[in-house]
Amino acid sequence: MLSIRVSLVATLVATPIAVATAWLLARRDFWGKSFLDAVVHLPLVLPPVVTGYLLLLTFGRRGAVGQWLAEFGIVFAFRWTGAALACGVMAFPLLVRPIRLSIEAVDQRLEQAAATLGAAPWRVFFSITLPLALPGVVAGMMLGFAKAIGEFGATITFVSNIPGETQTISAAIYTLTQTPDGDAGAMRLVIVSIVISTVALVASEVLARRAGRRLHGL
Amino acid sequence: MTMLRIDVEKQLGGFALRAAFESDARVIGLFGPSGSGKTTLVNMIAGLLNPDRGVVAIDDDRLDDTEAGICVPTHLRRIGYVFQDARLFPHLSVMQNLDYGRRMNRLARDAAEETRIVDLLDIGHLLARRTGKLSGGERQRIALGRALLSRPRLLLLDEPLGALDEARKAEILPYLVRLRDEAAVPMVYVTHDAEEMRQVATDVALFARGRIAAFGDAGILTQAGARQV
Repeated sequence: MLSIRVSLVATLVATPIAVATAWLLARRDFWGKSFLDAVVHLPLVLPPVVTGYLLLLTFGRRGAVGQWLAEFGIVFAFRWTGAALACGVMAFPLLVRPIRLSIEAVDQRLEQAAATLGAAPWRVFFSITLPLALPGVVAGMMLGFAKAIGEFGATITFVSNIPGETQTISAAIYTLTQTPDGDAGAMRLVIVSIVISTVALVASEVLARRAGRRLHGL
Repeated sequence: MTMLRIDVEKQLGGFALRAAFESDARVIGLFGPSGSGKTTLVNMIAGLLNPDRGVVAIDDDRLDDTEAGICVPTHLRRIGYVFQDARLFPHLSVMQNLDYGRRMNRLARDAAEETRIVDLLDIGHLLARRTGKLSGGERQRIALGRALLSRPRLLLLDEPLGALDEARKAEILPYLVRLRDEAAVPMVYVTHDAEEMRQVATDVALFARGRIAAFGDAGILTQAGARQV
């Protein structure tokens, strides 16, 4: 199903970027840090339509980045990849926040101990920091995925509502509610979205609990 | 014998540390009340803290030399560190904790060395356990084993018995003495317990308010002990 694919791709691609951003915000001091923090949170506070429109301006066929990417055959406008991009951008702040908090919660004395045992900084990150921050990463991915599934405003503005290409479940439900006799179809999709969300919620809960147990060395 | 050479200055807020000594002792003890700069100095040797001015060197290898602009990062120093709070990695098993340094340094597995250290510290029965339910003494022994198995050229021990009660201290102390006599790795040993120091250290640096007040063999502890109590 298109919505799941769009949301999965959006979450999976956004996660590594979100982890890197979260680490920068949690562990580093640099010039422009509060600016980066603000930019990361922008999609959360801007009206989704504004974000979608900005994406259209940037990544659309005539947009600065879109034109350049088109030369490599990468097109976002009115494609499902564009829907994924919109979802990823909208989900990004929700991914970064819990990951950042969980990285901040990792005891830096453990990172020091790892360094004295010969671990280079990037190996400290992958062998100590990231595994210990895993519950936050899972929580962030869950939130991001949920946001991506529910994303409507930015997606429809950026890539419109093309059945089979960019029509995500939210857009499909909206379309059906606007159509005479669409109630039954809409209700079917409503049930589907409830099922998807519940499964994702339970799965993340189980994963987070398992990761949490490991953290306490049990 | 490994020669440790230190001549450093460091300003931390209102606290100034100034320490200089040279020693090839098997165990160099840093002795003094809390807040006298022992841990600061040990952190500097480990590279977790950088001196404002001065030199830290092992034999002819300079780890810090502010004039020459040398400052070797912690992970390249090959200096083991046993912290007061064992700092075991909670997401790894005891065995994985012990193996961590070998993996990070990309060393070949040395089963004989592993067995020797596991036996020396009596931790064979703990290997499969997770770290959450270990006693304080067990944790500290594993931290010691973990540091040793990374094959350091110098081992720093910052009040390794500080968080333990008297009974546990008595349990671990023999291991440390054994370590001194059997292992080929020199140690820097921090404590504010004179009795502990007398049992372990061969050279002692006496700290007071960020300065080394005296340096010599364990004999200087007697005078210091009298003065402190």
